[in-house]
Amino acid sequence: MDFSLGERAEAFRDEVRAFLDEHLTTDVVERMHATGTFNDKDFNGAMAEAGLLAGAVPGYGDRDPIELYVLFNELEKAGAPYDGLAVTMLVAGVVNAVGTDVLREAVLPRLLSGRSNCCLGYSEPDHGSDVAAITTRAVRDGDEWVVDGQKMWTTMAHEAEWVILLTRTDPDVPKHKGLTMFLVPMDTPGIEVQPVPTMASERTNATFYDGVRVHDRWRLGEVDGGWAVMGVALAFERGVMGGTNPAVPLLRHVRSWAAEAPSPDGGTMADDPLLLERTARTAMANQVSQLLTLRAAWIAATGGLPGLEGSMAKLYATERYQQAVGWFQQMAGAEGLLSFGVDGAAADGWIDYDGRHSPVTTIYGGTTEINRNNVAERHLGLPRAR
Amino acid sequence: MDLNLTEDQETIREVFAAFFDGETGPERARAAEPIGFDTAAWDRLLETGAPAMGVPEAAGGGGASLADLAVVAAEAGARIAPLPLVDHAVAARLLADLGDPSACDDGILAGTTIVGLAVRPAVDGVARVVPSGAVAHRVVALDGDRLVLDRPESAGAPDGPGAGHLPNHGCLPLAHRDLAGAEVLATGPDAVAAHARAVDEWRTLTAATLVGIARTSVDLGVAYVMEREQFGRPVGSFQAVQHLLADLPGLVDGAHLLAAKAAWAGDRASAGIDGVLDVDHNDVTDFPALAAMALVAAGEAATIASDRSLHVHGGYGFSEEYDVQLYYRRARALAYVLDDPARECRRLARMLPAPGAGRGAA
Ligand SMILES: Cc1cc2nc3c(=O)[nH]c(=O)nc-3n(C[C@H](O)[C@H](O)[C@H](O)COP(=O)(O)OP(=O)(O)OC[C@H]3O[C@@H](n4cnc5c(N)ncnc54)[C@H](O)[C@@H]3O)c2cc1C
Repeated sequence: MDFSLGERAEAFRDEVRAFLDEHLTTDVVERMHATGTFNDKDFNGAMAEAGLLAGAVPGYGDRDPIELYVLFNELEKAGAPYDGLAVTMLVAGVVNAVGTDVLREAVLPRLLSGRSNCCLGYSEPDHGSDVAAITTRAVRDGDEWVVDGQKMWTTMAHEAEWVILLTRTDPDVPKHKGLTMFLVPMDTPGIEVQPVPTMASERTNATFYDGVRVHDRWRLGEVDGGWAVMGVALAFERGVMGGTNPAVPLLRHVRSWAAEAPSPDGGTMADDPLLLERTARTAMANQVSQLLTLRAAWIAATGGLPGLEGSMAKLYATERYQQAVGWFQQMAGAEGLLSFGVDGAAADGWIDYDGRHSPVTTIYGGTTEINRNNVAERHLGLPRAR
Repeated sequence: MDLNLTEDQETIREVFAAFFDGETGPERARAAEPIGFDTAAWDRLLETGAPAMGVPEAAGGGGASLADLAVVAAEAGARIAPLPLVDHAVAARLLADLGDPSACDDGILAGTTIVGLAVRPAVDGVARVVPSGAVAHRVVALDGDRLVLDRPESAGAPDGPGAGHLPNHGCLPLAHRDLAGAEVLATGPDAVAAHARAVDEWRTLTAATLVGIARTSVDLGVAYVMEREQFGRPVGSFQAVQHLLADLPGLVDGAHLLAAKAAWAGDRASAGIDGVLDVDHNDVTDFPALAAMALVAAGEAATIASDRSLHVHGGYGFSEEYDVQLYYRRARALAYVLDDPARECRRLARMLPAPGAGRGAA
């Protein structure tokens, strides 16, 4: 085995780092937390202009697929706004994999410019984990489809040019067989976006579809073949495109806080034996998370679809992140409760932020339980439990 | 980057998997209790040349890398082979590194003379609870700043293999070794550094062994819950049982990747390539740091996997008859025989450069 990234990916990583040193300003980070929109079109556009997005679409272009991992891993580690970009590149990957040539030509160049975004319209108010049971209807009318229904948790919908929309086209067959996927322009009449604030700074949305007319050329994949398209999208999503190294910025913030913060027992918190232990455990878990993610990337790079390996990386990384947040939140005590911009806040408010953000990481993108079901059934070969 | 074994390593893996399948396994491990040494299997192992495999060719060995040895260790761990293979490999490499041809002699290269490593520094002239102390003819130990070789007339001193054995949790061949009269191999900072390097190799290969133990623990649990029926169906169809097991593949594979990375870093360090230790950006290629992380991660994987596997066996898991308890006890013994993992973590934390010493970022 060889754990070095290789010359090409390393050179690319250095490019990404140089870009971040220049473009990831305090302004960008503060704006993202103030608006709750983890997407910055100017920042994304600058990335495209610097040539960094050419390899960012899974399965597209001639770049080394390890670069995809490198890009999102560096963005995540640096604490840059990348959620919107990751979704956009993921949708670009789906469009490339299952879209028609016409659709590809219409959409891909705009997505790769970094200035146009997509959002994911899978979940509904009554259907989350059991996403195949969604009820948003699409009914054919000549060359068009008429869409009615509601989606929930449509993050970035207020910034997006397109939504990748999972609809029910046949209610009379088993649930997985009556779904169709569309790429719907968000400026189509009949779409309404309402903000859904969360306990962390990040914003998401509810989206409403009332008699929305969508031309058939926006269809992705076969009619009633939406579940297969979901499979492609989920395999691209899991593991490789960020979300599995959230404890890296956490540890960095905690270490710089601990080096300065006086300990009630004397010295600084960096001398506290329990803090030392937890620092090392977090550093270790960060390495493991990185290696599990790299493995998923490696499988993708060598022609496989790393669905289960991505599930394993997500399970491990998100639970360790939550554990670390719990540790450091307790150890930072009263000052750890103080938010961004407050005088005396431990780690400038990052501990409060991670405490607010971390619960969602075992929920979105497939909950911990759903990932465990996948590993139990498809990796360990245990019988279906439900 | 390449996450596959090399072709040679794949061959090594197959050869040793077949060897350990034939010559070791739970039944043999059970028969070798309480001392934890299977003489017949060791004699057969000598025929494969494994004892000198990791010694440089210039010193008469097979020239295998730490990464190669890790492949062998994982296969041994998967079958809880009662053989002091890791200790012997590491101690022989240390002796060969000292450059004194008489230290790593033909008996050690052949494996007829077993050499062990006292992984913890001696206290008051005694190396306490040496992992292979009850079967090793010779033991390398650090006594203050002196690297010494304990070479009594026979293994375990003074009455042959198994003498001085300390009955223990994992049925490992543990013994104290009195270093009075031991031969001094080196003194000063070089001696301390040589011992530290050997212990890091031991950490890495023990991590690989623990990964093997963890992997089989999962397999035993999965096989049992598929077979055992309660309430008219396999207990493996209950989601509560499934979820206990579903966390394990990621935990075990993660520890496996980390142990492999530590071995890779160890081989790079031997080749004179410096590693990086920047946890603020999760860039870690430093061998001592990775060796510590690998041992902690693999110890955790093996203890958790064997615990959950034992639990889903119900009462049978607790009975001597079932194999999982063999894995359960060895997981803990190997994970803790060097030190409390928490102290190992604090040691690692003290190795880290001050925050901000790496690249700058928000
Ligand atoms: C901030 C945020 C952003 C999001 N962004 C998007 C987005 O952009 N696009 C999008 O489509 N969706 C998005 N989601 C939705 C997300 O994917 C869902 O929240 C998630 O899939 C869980 O669905 P649910 O919330 O309906 O919970 P439910 O499915 O109702 O689950 C409730 C609980 O029951 C458990 N459970 C459910 N089924 C099982 C089972 N079979 N076995 C065991 N336990 C089970 C779950 O694990 C969970 O703990 C977002 C969610 C959040 C909170």
